[in-house]
Amino acid sequence: MSMKPELMKRMVKGPDGVEFEVEPLRDYFCEAPPTVMPAAYSRIVEDLFNWARAESLWILGFGTGCGAIEMRPLMTPRFDAYRFGVQWRPTPRQANLFIISGYLSTKTLKRAIRSYEQMQNPKYVIGLGSCTINGGMYWDSYNTIKRLDDYLPVDLYIAGCMPRPEALLAGFQELKTIIRAGKAEGANKYAENFEWYKANQKRVIHDWDMPDYNW
Amino acid sequence: MQFEWMKIPYALLTLFIVVNFGMLLGAFIQKIGARVGRRHGIPVWQNHIDLIKNYGLRSSITHGTMFYLGPVFRLSGGVGLLLFVPTIHGSEMFSNLSFAGDLILALYFVFFGALGMALGAGESGHPHAAIGVTRGLSQMSMAELPFALATFSIALQYQTLSITDIVAAQQGGMLNWTLFTNPLAVAAAMLSFLGSMMRPPFDVVLAPQEIPIGPPTEYHSSYLALMQTNRALFPIAKIVIYMNLFFGGAASWPVFFFKVFLIYLWSAFVGVVFPRFRVEQSIRWFLVWAVPLGVLSILLV
Amino acid sequence: MRALYDRLKQLFPLGEPTWQRPDLAFVTVPAEFLRPALLHLRDREGYTHLVLLTAVDWIEDEQFQLTYLLSNRTQARDIGLRAMIPRDAATMASIHELWPTAATYQRELREMFGIDFPGSPRIEEDFILEGWNDIPPYRRDFDTLKYAEENYSQRPGRETHDPATHMKQQLHPDGR
Repeated sequence: MSMKPELMKRMVKGPDGVEFEVEPLRDYFCEAPPTVMPAAYSRIVEDLFNWARAESLWILGFGTGCGAIEMRPLMTPRFDAYRFGVQWRPTPRQANLFIISGYLSTKTLKRAIRSYEQMQNPKYVIGLGSCTINGGMYWDSYNTIKRLDDYLPVDLYIAGCMPRPEALLAGFQELKTIIRAGKAEGANKYAENFEWYKANQKRVIHDWDMPDYNW
Repeated sequence: MQFEWMKIPYALLTLFIVVNFGMLLGAFIQKIGARVGRRHGIPVWQNHIDLIKNYGLRSSITHGTMFYLGPVFRLSGGVGLLLFVPTIHGSEMFSNLSFAGDLILALYFVFFGALGMALGAGESGHPHAAIGVTRGLSQMSMAELPFALATFSIALQYQTLSITDIVAAQQGGMLNWTLFTNPLAVAAAMLSFLGSMMRPPFDVVLAPQEIPIGPPTEYHSSYLALMQTNRALFPIAKIVIYMNLFFGGAASWPVFFFKVFLIYLWSAFVGVVFPRFRVEQSIRWFLVWAVPLGVLSILLV
Repeated sequence: MRALYDRLKQLFPLGEPTWQRPDLAFVTVPAEFLRPALLHLRDREGYTHLVLLTAVDWIEDEQFQLTYLLSNRTQARDIGLRAMIPRDAATMASIHELWPTAATYQRELREMFGIDFPGSPRIEEDFILEGWNDIPPYRRDFDTLKYAEENYSQRPGRETHDPATHMKQQLHPDGR
C-alpha cells in the first residue's frame, strides 16, 4: 500500500522554528466510522419526511462514464426533470442522490467513494447502465469494477447501454416509490456493513491514501 | 413606553406570511424563467418540499462555531430587516418595530447577513467558499453603493430618516410616490436592486453552474434549510424597503403582494434576458451606470 | 510528400516509407536519429505541431514501435516518424524540451507500456492507473481477462455467445 507523501506521518518545522510531528490522517481528518441513524420516532413524521425526500431529489453532478451525457438532456425543455422535483447540485454536501452514470474505473471509484461518504444520510445511489450491473462491455477490462453493489449500496439499477433519458425519468419515479415506502436505507446499510464494503473497496483500490470514512 | 406583548404574535404572523409568500414567489419566478426557456419548471410548492427535506435529513456535520453561526446571522439579518420596517403601512398589526427603525439601520441589516455568511463560509475551509465570499462581498459592496446614494437623496428630499414618515409622505395618489418626485434616485436604486437579488446577470456568486457554487458549498441539512428560509425571506424584506421608499408602501396585504411581485418581476425580467456578468464586469457596470445616477439624484434634490 | 522524403533522405538514414494518403506518410528513423529529425522537421520544414506520440508492441520482434505524428498546419500535411526500440528495458530519449506536451504522452507510455523516458517531468508519478501492481497493461503479454477475473468480483449469470453461431441460431432456428 502506497501513501501520498503529504499524507504520511512526518516531522514539520513551523514558521516559529519549532519542530512538531504531523500525522495527517489522524490530525486533519475524522476517523470515526459511520453510524446507523434511526428514523424519526413518530411514524407520521417519518412518512412526511420520506414524502419530502422523494419529491425533492437532489442529484450530485458527478458523471463517471459515458452515461453522464444522458443526464444533460434531462435539464432541457424536451425532458425537463425539474418538474419532478429533480435538481442537480454541484456539491456532495447538498446532494441526496448519486447517479453512477456508467463504468467506474478504480481511479474514479476512489473519488466516487469520497463523494458518496460526504453526502448526508439518507442518501441514494442509482447505477446507470449495464456497466454498473455486470461490467457491460468492459467485463474483461483491467481497471473497471464489474459490480457496483459490492462497493456502494445501490438502491436502483437502470439497465441499458446507454439507457435513454426516458428510462432515467422512469427510474426516478421508481426510486420515489421506494423512498416513500421507507425502503431506501442505503446509508444505514452502508454503516451496518461498513467492514464488508471497506474490505471490497480496498481489494481493488491498491493505493488507499485517504481516511477510512470521509466525513 | 409600555411594552405590548401582543406584538410578538403579530411579528411571528408577519414572518410566517412573508416566508411562505417568499417561497411561493421564488418558485413562481423560477417557473417564469423556465417558461421563457420553454420548460414547465418546478412546481410552485417545490421550495416548501425542499425545505422539509433539508430539515428532515438525519445527519449533519460541523466545521466549527462560526459554521453554525453563519446561517443564523444570515437569517437574523433577514428577520431584523423585515421587522424594523413597516410591512403594511398604517396597520398596527404588521408595523412591528418600525417606530424604532430608520434608513441607516435598514442599510446596515442588508449587509449584516452577508458578513455573517462570509465568516461562516470561511470557517468551512472549502476553497470554493472562499472564492465565492470574495466575489460576493466585492460585488455586493458595489451594488449597495447606488442604493446608499439613493437613500441619502431621499432622506434629503423628505428631511427625515424614518421609513414610516417617508411612506406617510407618499400617500394620497400615485403622483406622490418617490418614483415620480425623485425619479433619478429610484432609477439608481432599481439598478442596484438587480445586483443584490442574486439573480442573473449578477448571480456569479452562487450560481450552481459556476464551478464553485459559492459560499454555501459546504452547507447542508439544517444549515442549508436555514439559509433557504432566509433566501425566501430576505428578498421580500428588501423589496419591502424599496416599496416603502419608492413606490408608496402598501396599505393592505393584497396591495403588498401585488407590488412585491411586480418589483420582483423586474429583476426576473432582466435576469432572463441578459447573460451572467463576471464580478469585474458587474462592478464596472455599477460604476458606469448606477453610481452617476445616484450622485446626480443627490445633487438635484 | 515525396520531395520532403528525398530531402530527409539526404540528411538521415531512413527506412522504407509508407504512403498512406497524399497528405500523410510514415517513415522509419533509427532511434538515435529521431531527435535531430524531429528538430529538422519542426524548425526547417514547418511541422510545428506534435499531434500524438504513441507506441505499438511488436512482441514477436521483441520491439516497441514509437510513432511521433507531426503536422504542418500551413500545408495541411502530416508525417509520422517511427522509431523501433528493443522491448526489454525499453528506454527512449525524452523530447519534452521540443514540445512540452510530449511529457504527458511520455507519462502515459511509461505507465501503459513501461517505456522509460529519463528526464521527462513527473515521469515517475501515477498517470491513470493509481497503485498499479502488475506488468504494464498495454503490453501484449499482459492477460487482461485473467487479471480482471482475479481482481474484480464478477456477477454470476453472464452468458457469452459467439456472434456468428448465435445469430445463425436466432435467424434459422431449424438449422437450415
